[in-house]
Amino acid sequence: MREQLEGSRAVAETIGRCRVQVVPAYPITPQTHIVEAVGAMAKDGTLPGCEFITVESEFAAMSAAIGAAAAGARTYTATASQGLLYMAEALFNASGLGMPIVMTVANRAIGAPINIWNDHSDAMSQRDCGWIQLYAESNQAAADLHVVAFRLAEALNVPAMVCMDGFLLTHAFEPIEVPDAALVDRFLPHRRPQQQLDPDDPVTIGAMVGPEAFAEVRYLAHSQLRRAEEVHAGLAAEWTSLTGRDVAALAPYRLEGADTVVVALGSVTGTLQDVLDERADGTGLLNLRLYRPFPNAAVREALAGARRVIVVERAFAPGAGGVVSADVQCALAGTDVEVSTVVAGLGGRPVTTAALHGMLDAAAAGYLPRFDFLDLDRPLVERELAHLRGGAS
Amino acid sequence: MTAVKFYQVGSRAVGNRLLDPAHRTRQADPQRRNALNSGHRACQGCGEALAARYVLDTAVDATGGRLVTVNATGCLEVFSTPYPESSWQIPWLHSLFANAASVASGVVAALRATGRPDVRVLAQGGDGGTVDIGFACLSGMFERNDDVLYVCYDNGGYMNTGVQRSGATPPAARTATTEAVGTEPGNPFGVGKDAARIAMAHDIPYVATATVAELHDLEAKVRTAMSIRGARYLHVLVPCPLGWGTGTAETVKLARLAQLSALFPVYEARHGTVSSVLPIREQVPVEEYLRPQKRFAHLFAGDGRPDVIAKLQEIADRNVARYGLLSEEH
Repeated sequence: MREQLEGSRAVAETIGRCRVQVVPAYPITPQTHIVEAVGAMAKDGTLPGCEFITVESEFAAMSAAIGAAAAGARTYTATASQGLLYMAEALFNASGLGMPIVMTVANRAIGAPINIWNDHSDAMSQRDCGWIQLYAESNQAAADLHVVAFRLAEALNVPAMVCMDGFLLTHAFEPIEVPDAALVDRFLPHRRPQQQLDPDDPVTIGAMVGPEAFAEVRYLAHSQLRRAEEVHAGLAAEWTSLTGRDVAALAPYRLEGADTVVVALGSVTGTLQDVLDERADGTGLLNLRLYRPFPNAAVREALAGARRVIVVERAFAPGAGGVVSADVQCALAGTDVEVSTVVAGLGGRPVTTAALHGMLDAAAAGYLPRFDFLDLDRPLVERELAHLRGGAS
Repeated sequence: MTAVKFYQVGSRAVGNRLLDPAHRTRQADPQRRNALNSGHRACQGCGEALAARYVLDTAVDATGGRLVTVNATGCLEVFSTPYPESSWQIPWLHSLFANAASVASGVVAALRATGRPDVRVLAQGGDGGTVDIGFACLSGMFERNDDVLYVCYDNGGYMNTGVQRSGATPPAARTATTEAVGTEPGNPFGVGKDAARIAMAHDIPYVATATVAELHDLEAKVRTAMSIRGARYLHVLVPCPLGWGTGTAETVKLARLAQLSALFPVYEARHGTVSSVLPIREQVPVEEYLRPQKRFAHLFAGDGRPDVIAKLQEIADRNVARYGLLSEEH
């Protein structure tokens, strides 16, 4: 049944249907509506036996999640932005210890300057923390991806982030079909931990590993995370057969025979679809739902026929360039495909259809730089740069 | 706690064989769990390893074996788990330096959520992992009154990283970051924090301090703690031969001198109020405690620093007054 729901509400109800057992929560905009709703469900009996813990920081939230997952519970939390960074040490620890935690990241910029609005700087900064990263393009995808994420994480003992654009998705109302409870039960059985804290079968978790074995442990973690691509593909197919909805790693749009392909993650792909429909000029779109592990071969296959790829990113690597585009370039190594990076929508700047048309017009005319910022107030930055140069001399 | 007091040996830590079997320590029982088994890599004379053995075997006993542990990064974690070996005979989880209390909160929640509320949780860390980097998590666990016994093994510094100052380093003590140089050698006065008193300020059901000199007392406090639900805190003084510059055979003696000098008050508190103290029959001058320790050697070199020793004596005397350590009732 489709309902008109706020994205956060849809995610919270989905989390409830996933029968989460422990939810450590700490508020941060724009994630708060999710844990508020989960907390209310835990309190009013909608989620019997669910432990909702109001901790004192995001670091504590992830730490409590690690403890809960180690003790065998299905564990969930949500965060964004500074909160994700405050968790950083524990994020690496959760993946290193093999804790199948699922977390929503309501993507938001990181400061300074402090900014509560959307971009992908938070999740992208943690792309190498050993977690699965899934990006939702709509609230429907966000809801669906959470169910898949629990099954994927628990199958592999690898934690998973479901990233959804802060405000643009979390606070947007649109018609959603919250995954049916019976269907979720069928797809996602109770967690059966391979190993847990248990007095009847004592295990040591988190031992110190020295140079003689550390590289091997890390290699095995890498291999396990790589496996997530294949396991996700199977689960996505199963989910689609149950619901008719697509949660595959890659979502191509007008891709066949496309000369120019835009690669993007998250809600901007919806705007891009509109732009491509308006143009109908042989420009295609590749929406990356699975970013970690990075689906190298599939991306290469999807893009190899294109002449030009434009990666539209809501984050960048200061002093270097693109983030996602570096992965795309690796996937396309040895091909003649030209890859450009366009940084768009930082700190909540709207990514408009007009600006995207302008970007594609520039690309078609051959003057899109290899690295560019969309919709930048150039006179302002040039004036300020001149001022800074003057001040430095 | 046995009522037997052998004051002629200066303490109540009498040999187990003099006691009724029911009053002997858990360690005297061949059926003890050996939660922290032999073969680990602790330094000779390690006070923390000694305390951990007593604490954990008692806690295992008190819970009928239904115990899981969470460990902060630190000496105890490092010396007990050099992969692929482990000294732990009980379920044991190490996550990070700062988060043992939060991890333990998560474990408690999961045990409840998965229908195992009978399994109890003990978290442990050193003084750096407790009073410094882990303090926010600890305070959070306290204020939520989560059902965790948190044990701090206090050796007064970051010994694992090479003896640096922590918030539990005593005044005047030399560490690698408070060298015995300048006009105020060693750790400054007027800094640091008293974690047990801060724990009491959270109004949690049980707070206690103990040392490795009074092992019956330590075991009794663990048993008391495990008989209570909610957040509990046990702060154990554990001399460190490496960091203190003391003989490996002097660990217990120094712990006793710390208590008898009143520099380390040993007491219990219920819901924020001190409920009992381990009395001092005859207070020992702090000098007796300080002199054997190389970390205080600068107080005795040349003409010595009687002025600094006097300030330390003032701290001890304040403890006597604050906790009634010389009370005749005991």
